[in-house]
Amino acid sequence: MSAFLNAYATIIIDLIKIALLLFIVLTVNAYLTWFERKVVAHMQSRWGPHRVGPHGLLQPLADGAKFLLKEDPTPAGVDKFTYFLAPLLALALALTSIAIIPFGPEPLHLFGRDIALGITNLNIGILALFAITALSVYGVVLAGWSSNSKYPLLGGLRSSAQMVSYELALTMSVVGVLLLAGSFNLRDIIGAQAHHPELGIFGWNVWPQILGFFCFFVAAVAETNRVPFDLPEAESELVAGFHTEYASFKFAMFFIAEYTSMITVSCLCAIMFFGGWLSPFPASWTFTHYLPSVILIPFGLWVIWDGIRYETIFGRIILPGVGTAITAIGAVLIVFPAVNEFIQGPFWLLAKIFVFLFVYVWMRGTLPRLRYDQLMDFGWKLLLPVSIANVVITAFVILLRGVK
Amino acid sequence: MTPQLAIFFVLAALAVLGALSLIMQRHPIHSALSLIVVMISLAGLYLLMGAEFVAAVQIIVYGGAIMVLFVFVIMLLNAGVEERTNVSKLAGIAGIPLAVALLGFLAVVIARSNAGADAGWQSGALANTKEISMMLFREFVYPFELTSFLILVAILGAIVLAQREKN
Repeated sequence: MSAFLNAYATIIIDLIKIALLLFIVLTVNAYLTWFERKVVAHMQSRWGPHRVGPHGLLQPLADGAKFLLKEDPTPAGVDKFTYFLAPLLALALALTSIAIIPFGPEPLHLFGRDIALGITNLNIGILALFAITALSVYGVVLAGWSSNSKYPLLGGLRSSAQMVSYELALTMSVVGVLLLAGSFNLRDIIGAQAHHPELGIFGWNVWPQILGFFCFFVAAVAETNRVPFDLPEAESELVAGFHTEYASFKFAMFFIAEYTSMITVSCLCAIMFFGGWLSPFPASWTFTHYLPSVILIPFGLWVIWDGIRYETIFGRIILPGVGTAITAIGAVLIVFPAVNEFIQGPFWLLAKIFVFLFVYVWMRGTLPRLRYDQLMDFGWKLLLPVSIANVVITAFVILLRGVK
Repeated sequence: MTPQLAIFFVLAALAVLGALSLIMQRHPIHSALSLIVVMISLAGLYLLMGAEFVAAVQIIVYGGAIMVLFVFVIMLLNAGVEERTNVSKLAGIAGIPLAVALLGFLAVVIARSNAGADAGWQSGALANTKEISMMLFREFVYPFELTSFLILVAILGAIVLAQREKN
C-alpha cells in the first residue's frame, strides 16, 4: 500500500488539490451570489436576503437545493446535442481556467513533500488562459443558437460579436505586462514586480501599465458578460438572453460559469497589475505581517458580538460559533510565526481578489447597461487603439532603457 | 507504447473523425463544431511536440476568433439544414484520382522523412517564443511582412465593401 502511495504520490496529491480547489471555488461562487445580493441591496437601500439563516447566510444552500430539485423541461425543437453541450462547455472551461492561477509563492511542506499552491505552472500561463477564454464563448453562443427561440438567438449573436471585439483589446492590453516581465508565466510576472521590495506598492505593474490595466479590466468585464456589458442576457430586452430556455441545474451551470470567470478575472488583475501575492508595504516593514491577525481578530469579535444580539435563536448559536472560529484563526497566526509567514502571500492575493470582486459588484449596483452600438464603438474605436498605443509606448520605453 | 504515442493516436483520431464529421454533417453549425474539434486536436498535437506557443495561438486564433466568426455568420444568416445537390460529374471524375494522388504524395514524403521525425519530436525547437520571433523577424522577415501587407489589403477591401453598402 505504501509502495503504491509513493509511486503515485504526485498524481494523488494533484487529484486532492484539484478536488480541494473545486470545492473552494464552488463554495466561494455560492457565497459570491450572497455577497453580490447583499451589497447591491444595501446600495439600493434594501436588506437583501435575510430570511434563510442569520443574515441570509444559508441562502446559497437554499438556492443550490432549489436548482437541483426544480423541474428541468427541454423545450420542443431544440438541437439536443448542442443544447446539452453548451452549459457543460461553459462550466468546464470556466473551472479549467482556475487551474493555471498560482496562489502563493512558497510550496507547502507536508509529509516530506513540497506541495505548490496552485495546480499547474505553465510556461505559457497567460496564453493558456486566453485560449480557454477564447473557447468559452461557445458555451454562450451554442446555448443561444440551440434553444430554438428568438431571444436566446439574439443573446448568442450579441455575445459572439462582443467577445470577438473585446478579445482583441483584452489580449493587446496585457502585452505591456508581458514585455515588462519577459515571460508568459504567471509566477514570473509576479516575480518581475518584486525587483524592488523596498518600494512595496510602487513596484507593481499598475503604475507603468495604468492604461493597460484599465483596458484589461474593461475588456475582461465585457468578456465575462457582466454589467455594464451584459447585453447577451439583458433582461429588459431579451427576457434572460442566451439562457432563457434553460432551467434547473443547467441554468445553474451557466451561473456558476459566470461567477467562476469573475473570480479568474479578479485573479488575473491582481497577478498581472497588482503584484499578486506581494505585500503593498516595503519589505522592511515586518510588523505589517501581523495585519491578517489584526483584521481577523476584531472581525471575529464583532461577529460574536453581533451574534449574541441576533433575533433568532439559530443565529445566536451560529454567528458566535463562526466568530469564535475567525478569532481563533487570527490567534493561531500570532502564536505560530511560521504559519503567519506562510500565509502572507496567499493573504495578500486573496485580499486583492476580494477587492476586484467587490468592484464587479459595485459596478453592477452603479452602472447602466451600454447600448449595442455604444458597445461596439467603445471596443473598436477607443479600447483597441488605446491598448495598441500602450504596447507601442511600453516597447519604446523598454528599448530606451536598454534591453535586459 | 509510450504515453506520448498513445496521446498522439487519440488526438490524431479525434482530428480525422472531426474532419470526416465536418463533411458529413448536414447542419452548418454542426460542421463548424466539427471544425473546432479538428483545430483543438491539432493544438493538442502541437503541444505534444513541445510547441506550447504555437498550440496556444492555434486555439486563440483558429479555435477562438476565426471559428466564432464562422458561427456568428451562420447564426446571423440563420442557415438551416443544407440541401443535397447532385454531385457534379467533374468532381466525381477528377476528385477521386486527385485525392488518391495527394494521399500518395503525402505518404511518400512522410515515409521518406521518417528519420527526421524522431529528432523533431520534443526537440523544443519551436517551444521558445523568443526563437519563433527571431525566426519571423530575421530569417523570414520578407515573407512575414508580405503576409501582413496582404492582410492589410484584405482589411481595406472589407472596409470598402462595407462602406459601399452603407451609401
